[in-house]
Amino acid sequence: MARASRASGAGVRRDPAGQDPELLRRLLRARDRMDAASHENWPVRRLARVSGVSEAHFARSFKQAFGVPPHRYLLTRRIERAVALLRDSELSVTEVAFATGWESLGTFGRIFRDITGESPRAIRTRARASAHELGQVPACVLSAAHRPDLTISVLEKRRQQVGAIKTAPKPRRSDESSSRSGRSVRARSR
Amino acid sequence: MSQAVEVVGLYVRDQDEALAFYVDKVGFRVHTDVRNGDYRWLTVQHPDQPSFQLGLFAPGPPVHDAATAQTLRAIVAKGAMPPLVLNVDDCRAAYDWMRARGVEFTQEPMDRYGTVDAGFRDPSGNGWKMIQARR
Repeated sequence: MARASRASGAGVRRDPAGQDPELLRRLLRARDRMDAASHENWPVRRLARVSGVSEAHFARSFKQAFGVPPHRYLLTRRIERAVALLRDSELSVTEVAFATGWESLGTFGRIFRDITGESPRAIRTRARASAHELGQVPACVLSAAHRPDLTISVLEKRRQQVGAIKTAPKPRRSDESSSRSGRSVRARSR
Repeated sequence: MSQAVEVVGLYVRDQDEALAFYVDKVGFRVHTDVRNGDYRWLTVQHPDQPSFQLGLFAPGPPVHDAATAQTLRAIVAKGAMPPLVLNVDDCRAAYDWMRARGVEFTQEPMDRYGTVDAGFRDPSGNGWKMIQARR
């Protein structure tokens, strides 16, 4: 049993390759907070406070624990949300950018391409092209809702299907407003 | 039914802490709590699900060497273990009840197409989704 694991500080072992689990748990708390509100600003000072460590220690430890620096992690989460909104809502690209926490449309577009390899409009266009496949979606969506935190994987699959089929994009940009009433806005605002 | 999955286990950093969490804050009850030397077999269960037990196991001897135990504790603490799902009748009521007891929620209740779900973690870092199915 883990008698030595916790209560007795002397028993907490820190092998050179690993981080203290107690520290990791506190770093996870900061990551959870970013996940829950990725549209908010998360300066290192704020994250470090959540984790109860110094700012310098936080950035280094976070990267060691999760493989990416905290700021990069936040940007990735924001882009994931933006991708979901582009596909599943009728928000304009500008609205998506602001809803996911960006103050500049230019920065949004640049980071978006950096992370996904595509532009926001390209992703939306392909999502629209696959709209005819959405007849099957309710079951998918239902299971996605039951599946914890796997939205991206579901969307990823859909994207792969679309990519394989190579359906020509439908010219729907122009009649976006007329279709608005027909599609529910599945915005995940939190 | 005699053929079924009976126990699935979690790794926890401290069994006393995990026991208090799952019983006092989540509402499970103790099924088995026995010791053999340093080893402690501890399971809890949902009060409405007598055929299933959730094991709360601490990495360490005699099952794991020190380095392995440390690795397991780190994986749990990073939130890297697979997610767990708790079905509830009323997600918001359960959220209020658990939150009042100090459960660390990672996501407030959210409506998704008729279902409501929230997220929480146990003290060790195991992540749960709490889901209220569509009625």
